[in-house]
Amino acid sequence: MAVGGGKIKSIAAAQSPLLGAAMFSPAVLYIVLLVGGPFLLAIFYAFSDARIGSAEMHYVGLENFRSILQSPSFHVAIRNSFIFTICSQAVVIVGANILAISLENTFRGRGLIRFLILLPWVAPIALGAIGWKWILDSIYSVITWVLVAAHIYKPFSAPMWLGEPRLAIASVLLVHSWRLMPFSTVILLAGRTAIPKDIPEAAAVDGAGFWRTQLQIIIPMMRPIISVAVLFGLIFTFTDMTVVYILTAGGPFDSTQTLPNLAFTLGIQGSDLAAGAAISLFLVPMLVVIAYFMLRVANRAEVT
Amino acid sequence: MAVVQTRELTKVFKEGQLGAVNHVNLETREGEFLVFLGPSGSGKTTLLRMIAGLETPTSGDILIGGQVVNDLSPRDRRIAMVFQSYALYPHLSVYKNIAFPLRAQKVKKELHKGKVEWAASLLGIGALLDRKPRELSGGERQRVALARAIVREPAVFLLDEPLSNLDAKLRASAREELERFHRGVGTTSIYVTHDQVEAMAMGDRVMVLNQGVVHQLGTPTEVYDNPVDTFVATFLGSPPMNLVELGEVIVGFRPEHFRPASASSGDSVPFRFKVENREYLGSEWIVSGTLIGGKFEGKEIFSRLPSAQDLNPGDTHDFFVARRELKFFDRVSENRTEPRGLSWQ
Amino acid sequence: MVRGVWAKAGKVLVLGVFTILLAFPFYWMLVTSFKQNVDLYTMENNPFIFNAKPTLDHVKFLFTETRFVRWLGNTVFVGAFVVAITLVLAVPAAYSLARLSGRWGERIGIGIFLTYLIPPTLLFIPLSRVVAYLGLQDSLWALILVYPTFTVPFSVWLLMGFFKSIPKELEDAAMVDGLTRFGAFVKLVIPISTSGILTVVIFTFTLVTQEFVYALTFISSESSQMIGTGIPIFLVRGDVYYWGALMAACLIASLPIAFMYNLFLDRFIAGFTVGAVK
Repeated sequence: MAVGGGKIKSIAAAQSPLLGAAMFSPAVLYIVLLVGGPFLLAIFYAFSDARIGSAEMHYVGLENFRSILQSPSFHVAIRNSFIFTICSQAVVIVGANILAISLENTFRGRGLIRFLILLPWVAPIALGAIGWKWILDSIYSVITWVLVAAHIYKPFSAPMWLGEPRLAIASVLLVHSWRLMPFSTVILLAGRTAIPKDIPEAAAVDGAGFWRTQLQIIIPMMRPIISVAVLFGLIFTFTDMTVVYILTAGGPFDSTQTLPNLAFTLGIQGSDLAAGAAISLFLVPMLVVIAYFMLRVANRAEVT
Repeated sequence: MAVVQTRELTKVFKEGQLGAVNHVNLETREGEFLVFLGPSGSGKTTLLRMIAGLETPTSGDILIGGQVVNDLSPRDRRIAMVFQSYALYPHLSVYKNIAFPLRAQKVKKELHKGKVEWAASLLGIGALLDRKPRELSGGERQRVALARAIVREPAVFLLDEPLSNLDAKLRASAREELERFHRGVGTTSIYVTHDQVEAMAMGDRVMVLNQGVVHQLGTPTEVYDNPVDTFVATFLGSPPMNLVELGEVIVGFRPEHFRPASASSGDSVPFRFKVENREYLGSEWIVSGTLIGGKFEGKEIFSRLPSAQDLNPGDTHDFFVARRELKFFDRVSENRTEPRGLSWQ
Repeated sequence: MVRGVWAKAGKVLVLGVFTILLAFPFYWMLVTSFKQNVDLYTMENNPFIFNAKPTLDHVKFLFTETRFVRWLGNTVFVGAFVVAITLVLAVPAAYSLARLSGRWGERIGIGIFLTYLIPPTLLFIPLSRVVAYLGLQDSLWALILVYPTFTVPFSVWLLMGFFKSIPKELEDAAMVDGLTRFGAFVKLVIPISTSGILTVVIFTFTLVTQEFVYALTFISSESSQMIGTGIPIFLVRGDVYYWGALMAACLIASLPIAFMYNLFLDRFIAGFTVGAVK
């Protein structure tokens, strides 16, 4: 090992960019190959006529995009992707804030409640969705049973929660919100505990009541954290295909179709890789917008 | 009458344990700057927070302006508080920070501007109204916190160690600003600190606390020159008062009263002092060493002197203390007792 | 003081309503798992009580007549390998980005973060071709190859935050004592990072179990299914849903993950909020 002056030198070389590069290169390389590569491939396929099972592939220009834009399923899918994402996010943000306020202070049984509240998020999406499928089953739904027992509906005349377009959309919205709520709550809770204790005390001394303190002081102060929760929530919902696949498979009559589901239906089930790729590329603009905002949040935090 | 009173005020956090605040009785004087002084854990902040309404008392009463306020929320007590970290709302501009109490108390919107500008000009921060707290220096933040406190024209100011987050150099000027501020507005103020220099400099009266109990309440002169027990005697003054045991009493004398014999005059008690270490502080010297001979052999003593010429480590010199500067404390209770004649050798 | 009572009641109400809404489906899974089919499929019966004796039939069915156990095994198999790959890639990467790379480190860190925004539902189509090309069609190795694309970015941030919280002085002291930078990393930093590494292990594993799109796309045969895809797809015979077994499967697959997740929740949050909470 280096002695005397050598020791000092090795501290000075502490920045060792070479070693650094060696240490992160495998990860970066892997990501470039398996994320960057396929991403470029997706763009490439979108302009081709690639199919599953066929090795041939030709350039077809904007043909795929043309036929997609003319397809009614596509328009429904785009509309739904936005509706599901934005509406569920709105519900979640309000609900998660309320829930976070209630969970702020410790109380007996808080750990158990936290465990129960987290279940929708931690369980594999598909399994939670299947649970809801059973609850919303057209014949055996427990919701139906309760409504019939309360004489709101006659037996056998209750609505089909997943079978009628409007209700199916509502059901998908419900399941998305349900799944996302714990995630947002937990992040908001962390944001709340990061607020110094003397801020709400100062507000109390200044004369602010509970709601004024929350709405004018605490929640505005949580803006970066709320942004993080919202941005991640938007991504998770916008790019999710599982909920719709399990609950309705896009039906009834394509009414709950979303971009990812359409991409899967056409690309994998329909073997038309090119169409699938083209559709999934429509996800990109939204992702870019979200990435932009995320970077802004990260930058602002640095400035502070 | 903006007088704060407490009667037998007690706060116990954990059952069976000693309370953080124990049966405190106090009464402020109109317009005074009263300092709660004590080490950490002495209960001074808890006491302040109970007066503010941020902590509920276990027993006892709090009165502001003659009215019992125990059940009133902080907003209803006509108090204002400056926190250790200032607690400025980071997302609001200085203007909005100062205006917030007016908004919260539902003061008419048209009146806000005038009041905010009045408070800002009082503290000389008129130019900062559009800035955000993170753009301000420590001293500027203190001024904003004060402006926010005064804009409601409260009956009492409560300040919780507002200078302790400032660096040393800034502290002195910020302290002076606070004093000037108090002279200007004249509102009764209660100030919590563990720094006895601050307490002496700023307080009209000082209340010395330890373990939730008030040891002494008096002017700086009173607590410094006539401490009521050894705790107060050693807490004030740096280095602390020298204490030596002699039979049934403890005798105390301040370092500045322990001087070389050459300066003695009048009735004084002689000591033999062996110098061990000396520190030059610029304005004075702190000389430490041990007493030689008689009943005090080996006892460590501090002296504060303007000059340490000839006082080299290892030397032994004759020192003295004027008899009238001696304080006597009962050895068992540690309370102040009558002076008495003693045989020193 | 009266204020306090209302506030408390409000809180209890909110918590009660939310907890019920969020946890109900799992309660329902629990109840359905143990109800006899006769009970389940008779519409007049009150679903909230056991009208017939609870039964273990569904659970037995699940374990003996379906490939459930096999799927559990597959999931663990894939999980173990993915965890290993993730650790090998992410731990050094996170350390070097946290310590060694200055401004570039920040930028690459953000770049890695951004890859998390490229979802499986965008990449699954080209990846299916890649997988076919590599001859990994219908093989669990396809998943082992592809899953690190989302476990590695997540783990890198998590660990970056974690490593940044270790005081630099520790490594400086080790280097003064004669270790190289890399030596300090291996002998000093890694041993004290066991909790961070454990967190990565747990979350990587949970991400593996939750994944759906790739598992659905790359794997077709019943015996190679993962837990997240086998249950929804293969516990349905024709058009018949075996709800009892289905619910039992969901519960059994979800609960262990839930327990593990809860234990490491705080770290998880730190990973997500690294940028925004300072």
